[in-house]
Amino acid sequence: MGCARIRYCSWALPFLFYSSLPRSVKWRKKQGLVEGGHSMASEEESTVKEPLDLIRLSLDERIYVKLRSDRELRGKLHISIRVWESYGGYHVVNHGGNVFPRGLLSNLLWLKWAYDQHLNMILGDVEEIITTVEIDDETYEEIVRTTKRTVPFLFVRGDGVILVSPPLRTA
Amino acid sequence: MLFFSYFKELVGKEVTVELKNDLAIRGTLHSVDQYLNIKLENIKVVDDDKYPHMLSVRNCFIRGSVVRYVELPPDGVDVDILHDATRREARGS
Repeated sequence: MGCARIRYCSWALPFLFYSSLPRSVKWRKKQGLVEGGHSMASEEESTVKEPLDLIRLSLDERIYVKLRSDRELRGKLHISIRVWESYGGYHVVNHGGNVFPRGLLSNLLWLKWAYDQHLNMILGDVEEIITTVEIDDETYEEIVRTTKRTVPFLFVRGDGVILVSPPLRTA
Repeated sequence: MLFFSYFKELVGKEVTVELKNDLAIRGTLHSVDQYLNIKLENIKVVDDDKYPHMLSVRNCFIRGSVVRYVELPPDGVDVDILHDATRREARGS
């Protein structure tokens, strides 16, 4: 266990240096980025190659989630800027086709991104929209009703998620 | 594993679990497991006129797969607690 801690620290040093670069954290995030650090064999740095990378680029921004049973959510995918800035950049690698966070630092950041490979996620300031269609008995007219409610902090189980996207721009 | 650690940090907090059958149960989080099965204590059904089924139930076990949402306390979890949980997990793996 002691060895693991030392390995973590020496690996972190290049990142601590990188955090002082003029390029903003937000720019680095948008690049899907990957900074320096030593790399082990058979790992490659990835930008947006996997579907989950798209969510990664939406961090700390509002996202739109479509769920089963005609529900939609608009909320903020959680991230802590404080954690991000302390550790500079992050390193995401590809292991056999899976986007995989490497190392302790990446685990911390992954945790703050608050979603996992099942698309379980934690959203903040969420607005839930439930759409129901009622058919009038006489006129056979379809009445589309939407119900909205807001929840400050919500865990969503991934098996109900159909799609995740940046927020739709409604005209 | 990530949300399992997250929920372990939330044990003792009051949460509202909304199930896929639209039943919403408020209670204190007693425990959670790797499948995100949840045990709640001192439960109260949110709309108990509509769902009188559980008037006499104090504690319950909820299978993880039937959960739609878990509404969490707004103060969430301290970042430092999450750091420790991740560190513990990284050491284990």
